[in-house]
Amino acid sequence: MSFIEINDLSHVYHRGQADEIAALSHVSLKIDDGEFVAVLGANGSGKSTLAKHLNAILLPTGGSVVVDGMDTRDMAHLWDIRQEVGMVFQNPDNQIIAAVVEDDVAFGPENLGVPSDEIRKRVDDSLALVGMSDFARFAPHLLSGGQKQRIAIAGALAMHTRCLVLDEPTAMLDPVGRAEVLNAVRELHENEKITVIYITHFMEEAAAASRVVVMERGEVVVDDEPHGVFPCVEEMKKRGLDVPLASEVAWRLRKQGVKLPDNIISDDELVAAICR
Amino acid sequence: MLTDITIGQFFPGGSFLHRMDARVKVILLFLFIVAIFIFDTPGGYAAMCAMTLGLGIASGVPLGMLARSIKPLWWILAFTFLIHLCSVPGEVIARAWIFEMTREGMVRGFFLCLRLVLLILLSSLLTFTTSPLALTDAIEALLRPLRSVGVPAHELAMMMTIALRFVPTLIEETDKIMKAQQSRGVDFESGNFIKRVMGMVPILVPLFISAFRRADELAMAMEARCYRGGEGRTQMKVLRVTHIDYTAIAATVIFFVVLTVLKVMGI
Amino acid sequence: MSIELKNVTYTYMRGTAFERTALKDITLTLKENSLTAIAGHTGSGKSTLVQHLNGLLHPTSGVVTVDGTDIAGKSKEAVDARRKVGMVFQYPEHQLFEETVEKDVAFGPKNMGLSSDEVTRRVKNALGFVNIDYDNYKDRSPFQMSGGQMRRVAIAGVLAMEPKYLVLDEPTAGLDPRGRDELIAGIMRFHREHNMTIILVSHSMDDIALMADRVVFMHDGRVLLDAPPTEAFFAKDAIKEAGLNQPRTVTLLNKLKEHGLDVDVASFKVDDTVKRIMSAIKRRKSC
Repeated sequence: MSFIEINDLSHVYHRGQADEIAALSHVSLKIDDGEFVAVLGANGSGKSTLAKHLNAILLPTGGSVVVDGMDTRDMAHLWDIRQEVGMVFQNPDNQIIAAVVEDDVAFGPENLGVPSDEIRKRVDDSLALVGMSDFARFAPHLLSGGQKQRIAIAGALAMHTRCLVLDEPTAMLDPVGRAEVLNAVRELHENEKITVIYITHFMEEAAAASRVVVMERGEVVVDDEPHGVFPCVEEMKKRGLDVPLASEVAWRLRKQGVKLPDNIISDDELVAAICR
Repeated sequence: MLTDITIGQFFPGGSFLHRMDARVKVILLFLFIVAIFIFDTPGGYAAMCAMTLGLGIASGVPLGMLARSIKPLWWILAFTFLIHLCSVPGEVIARAWIFEMTREGMVRGFFLCLRLVLLILLSSLLTFTTSPLALTDAIEALLRPLRSVGVPAHELAMMMTIALRFVPTLIEETDKIMKAQQSRGVDFESGNFIKRVMGMVPILVPLFISAFRRADELAMAMEARCYRGGEGRTQMKVLRVTHIDYTAIAATVIFFVVLTVLKVMGI
Repeated sequence: MSIELKNVTYTYMRGTAFERTALKDITLTLKENSLTAIAGHTGSGKSTLVQHLNGLLHPTSGVVTVDGTDIAGKSKEAVDARRKVGMVFQYPEHQLFEETVEKDVAFGPKNMGLSSDEVTRRVKNALGFVNIDYDNYKDRSPFQMSGGQMRRVAIAGVLAMEPKYLVLDEPTAGLDPRGRDELIAGIMRFHREHNMTIILVSHSMDDIALMADRVVFMHDGRVLLDAPPTEAFFAKDAIKEAGLNQPRTVTLLNKLKEHGLDVDVASFKVDDTVKRIMSAIKRRKSC
């Protein structure tokens, strides 16, 4: 049994009203413990709606989501699910609750009723894992965007989360901030074996994943490893998405008769293929 | 202008004021404020001023910062002083148009302003040396006995936490929206009252929309982190009364005794 | 004709514990008809800089002139000079407030005191520039549009004031790839067809590579580099110091060159990059 099992999930907003929107239709996915999944899709393709089902912020209007054996519709497991699946949202300013960094990180475990000494330990450990120990007593509004997002990640880790769902965590950041966040997530995935579900528009971030899920109009249209997804340049462009530059260049060179493998996604792979 | 607001700003530090239990600080502040109005002799004021200055220095908060906390209220102070100057009967020292300024008025106005200044400075010392979370925890703890009569202590405290957290964010946002609308030709500085009020619409509408969006996202983030009200919640920083607090309480009692003696002696 | 900054220094919250000098002795000329990118990380001073261009901030010391007129002060000349510079802030859709698209776009021109015919003409024009159908959308609420459309309406609100210079602060932030491509294409069309002088503030070197004819790197309140793209994109140290990345085309071509492919690396667009690699491969085969 997989860590997260999404079975035939549908979600309709404002059902029965004039502005009814089917945000998700018949999505099925299985995500195993320890995976790093990137989710791509144009704005309005249902990515965020999907993410919010993973920790029962939204409940299915059809089908089911089962996290670690617990159905998200079962209210008895609500807090266990949210403890296991932590979320990081796009706007760093709107998810920090306290006016001091360490107090914010403590917010989750405090809600879970963890004893005070244990919270202190978890807060210190979580801040260390995202490299923010030196900022424990800072006011969040004085931090950069990348630092704020790392605080949000630490806030989830302090709940001893097993899985991080990040919904466009770098959309509002500059290149330095983006690299900070991506590196922190990668390290957590590699060293702490945290399962990662990462929604993004940035290809260099998606290429870090071991699996890419592409969404379009509320459906999963592609679910493959990055080498299987990005070389399909035409299809990706048609969906309003980007591909890594190397994939696009390789595809265009192939069209002009240059013999190149059809699974190139990185600069290094393209260089190796051309400069044999 | 917006950046002059210092209320709710916290200066992290390690002074004894920082290390005191927030509940004790709130209660002592309350007692001090009462004392300001009881011990109204010159000697009493001198002692209170000395004490406030001493606390200010001990807190490690830049004194300039403390002084700035009075700035937003200077016109209230000036107004209070002028009213007293011109309305208290007594020995006339100057005249202007229909107003008579008296020596007694000047003295009384001066002392009243001094009270207000002391009050602001002491309250600011509390917020400058207490993390907002500790402060809200303290208020929650002090209000807890009132829960049985229906005071939602936890909810009030949580509201305060969030309000304090979002003060800087919303100030920044307001500044940005104002600049954006100024770039579209809004003029905030001229025109009559009606025109100026109408000029606020392009600021307030986007500000409210943004505040609601933030509230919505914040609520979701809080839910995602298992927030479910005050029941069963623990705290990382448990408020604890330590020897520092006992010392502070003892010192305060001694100080009040001195003030009482001064008052009885009429100094 | 140009915008000129001479020895501009700007200090926030002067005389307080939070005093911070955001701009340090900046001297810069923004030429008419150019598309200048101002690049740097968050906090480098780039947003503070552009707020000086239409008088939202006034230098603590130094002078800003637009077409030779000092824009400080309340004289009519200064006010007119400031109006020549249109400013589109980051996430401009957050400034929308009217009930209909038409009213919102008309807000700027109305504040300028134009006649209602002129206002309508400008609203139609401005919506046309950003590819939003006037008849179809004029009576709709801007808040029921998609994120990308809202952004274009907000940009139209500034264009309708018909500025001579246009400042765009992170215009593509938060858009998806298609939205970004469309907006960039729109800006470029506008720049070419109307000879609009554009000042683009961005931290995306890929966007800058597609658009700018001149690049200014900012770091720590100073101008780190002011050069044409062919030079700026190869100034590795300055790029690193500014907290930026090389455009991805340049990174790729450089790697190919390092591995022995004889390719011209000064290319910032995908088609061009492919062409250069193609010709390098052909050259290699022929020898």
